[in-house]
Amino acid sequence: MDGSWRRRVVLKGPSELNSAKTAKRARAGELRLGLEASSAGAADVPALTVIEPPRGWGFFPIREIWAYRELLYFLVWRDLKLRYKQTALGVIWVALQPIALAAMFTIVFSRFLSAPSQGLPYPVFVLAALVPWQLFAGAIVRSSLSLVANEHLLTKIYFPRILIPLAAVLTASVDMIFTLLVLTGVLIYYGVGVSTTALFLPLLVVLVLLAAISTGVLLSALNVRYRDIQAIVPFLTQIWLFATPIAYATTLVPDDWRWLYDLNPMVGVVQGFRWAIAGGDFPQSLFVSAAVIAVLGIVAIVYFRRAERHFADVV
Amino acid sequence: MSVSVIRASGLGKRYQLGERRGGQSVKDAVGRVLRRSDEPLRSTFWALRDVSFDVHEGEVVGIIGRNGAGKSTLLKVLSRITYPTEGRVEIRGRVGSLLEVGTGFHPELTGRENVYLNGAILGMRSRELQRKFTEIVEFAEIETFIDTPVKRYSSGMYVRLAFAVAAHLEPEVLLVDEVLSVGDIAFQRKCLGKIEEVAHQQRTVLFVSHQIDSIQQLCQRVLLLASGQVQAFGPTQDVIGAYLSDAASSSDGDFDLSAHPTRAVHHTPVIRRLRLYADDGTMTTRYAPHDPMVAEILVEPPHLLREPIVGIGVSDHFGRRIFTVASFFEPEGLEPIKDLSLIRCRIPELRLGSGRYLLSVSVQDRYHGELDGLENIAEFEVYWQNSYGTGEPYRPVFGPVLSSSQWERMDP
Repeated sequence: MDGSWRRRVVLKGPSELNSAKTAKRARAGELRLGLEASSAGAADVPALTVIEPPRGWGFFPIREIWAYRELLYFLVWRDLKLRYKQTALGVIWVALQPIALAAMFTIVFSRFLSAPSQGLPYPVFVLAALVPWQLFAGAIVRSSLSLVANEHLLTKIYFPRILIPLAAVLTASVDMIFTLLVLTGVLIYYGVGVSTTALFLPLLVVLVLLAAISTGVLLSALNVRYRDIQAIVPFLTQIWLFATPIAYATTLVPDDWRWLYDLNPMVGVVQGFRWAIAGGDFPQSLFVSAAVIAVLGIVAIVYFRRAERHFADVV
Repeated sequence: MSVSVIRASGLGKRYQLGERRGGQSVKDAVGRVLRRSDEPLRSTFWALRDVSFDVHEGEVVGIIGRNGAGKSTLLKVLSRITYPTEGRVEIRGRVGSLLEVGTGFHPELTGRENVYLNGAILGMRSRELQRKFTEIVEFAEIETFIDTPVKRYSSGMYVRLAFAVAAHLEPEVLLVDEVLSVGDIAFQRKCLGKIEEVAHQQRTVLFVSHQIDSIQQLCQRVLLLASGQVQAFGPTQDVIGAYLSDAASSSDGDFDLSAHPTRAVHHTPVIRRLRLYADDGTMTTRYAPHDPMVAEILVEPPHLLREPIVGIGVSDHFGRRIFTVASFFEPEGLEPIKDLSLIRCRIPELRLGSGRYLLSVSVQDRYHGELDGLENIAEFEVYWQNSYGTGEPYRPVFGPVLSSSQWERMDP
């Protein structure tokens, strides 16, 4: 009985809902009985799902996310649709936000306080930093609330839970297109030529996405258990904004504080964006930021994978 | 022998009592750390314990049990929404679970958008959805409204669309929770038909329901859960018979219903007590085939029932309804019920063949709908008494209803 059961277990493809462990087991069966499996036409033999109490550490479920990529797409699509339904100006709001913020900073920091801006026109200086920042801030606000907001999904259907904060980050990141458009306009207006370092922009976008995903995933899982998070996030982003060289240059930060200041992963990211857009000296703090983001990412995934076991029971 | 598709062994799920839904605050967590660690742990309870069973390919299995018996927890574990605390399940094939219809439906999105979203959530590929789209819309009978936001739908349309998507899911193993209790009767029938169709395609279905008749119509085997454990697992008729008589037995004809475990959550406990009497006023649960039956129902309505409707249904041991009597069948009906009242109903002649029967009671109001209803909550027995005076024994093949008739021979 047991033998015949195993024999029919063949992995159907990446679309299956298997954990890596199950997949390995299934493939072992396939190898042992390879002949029968292939003669039976491996294409459509269903796979085996094993449900057991979870043990050990959880890692990034890349295989499962791939299997559920369509759901990820539809979650982002839903959030984008809902965002602009019944708004009169729709997409314009997204472009208006960085413009208003940049105008505000220009008046206060450049006009009133005469803050230095690395020899760039101040609006260019601010907007180059707002491109990654707006993405990051929008993403952590959206994703920290995401799991609780989708409670009805968590308690009714299975899918990799991490898709929810991921979708929130991706939804927020769409806004970057508009911030970039505004920046392009400002660059043209001030006649600032784009440096060749702009080729590094995609890499930097990946880095800011990783920072947003790590922070967002961690906060979303924490918020399921501790609703304090949703009270903290709004002013966390405000404090974070001022702890990041967006409105001012890092030259204003006292040297004694620099080591602590550089632990903020957004310091290197923002300086990196400025460097990529306007050239200048390569910011060494980018390496520190990358390392901090890597550590944050590991912590976030491990915590999320352990916490998700209880989401449906706790949320 | 067919292959087992679901194999559960030693499955258990433990919950901590007092675990609050809706998260907790950092204050609680800090408090927990500050408290001495030798403080006893919060008490726990097992929603499922030692659950083992095998389901074969192409089988439709019903899961029954009282409220809180662990039916929903079992379904949640099988559909991987929550993890088991112990034990193991192996499921062969693509699993689709339907714990509610319309999971993820968003009121602001149109019908078309919701079909795609809901389909993706249920695990359908978008190519599969595109292929089935017309079929889904036709099944739901909402062609003209497909591009209207669902917030403008009537609740009937909403449910029909939601079910239509779910019905076109084609997993090898389908897990269904009580979703059929929605929609109108005609649509319910359509849904049952769809599930039957699924079962005929060699797919395996696990089906949780309170509705004994749909279980009977669909399932070959039934798993009966009681306090998180498997009490019985076998052929539908056997298990249902055992379940119903267990839930409704009383030695003397007095049934306290004020806190009955099978009362649906949306019902208020209006029906407090049921007593069965013989015509001479003694309490009993045993009747002769042509005896009158008197039932007294103690009701406590939450508000004035201006046009109350009280009904009693009699079902056989398989949960099949034999007959129903209700106050609104009679021209004079019932006078308004304001507070605690005793409702008395006399059935002049039972006319039932011998066997065990189950009573259901329902209290409704013409203006408020059903306030309370309890299905199959009181058992009584009809013993055979030779009331024809012929010495003929009763045989079940005659059917449960004893009608009277006159016979004569005539020339053609």
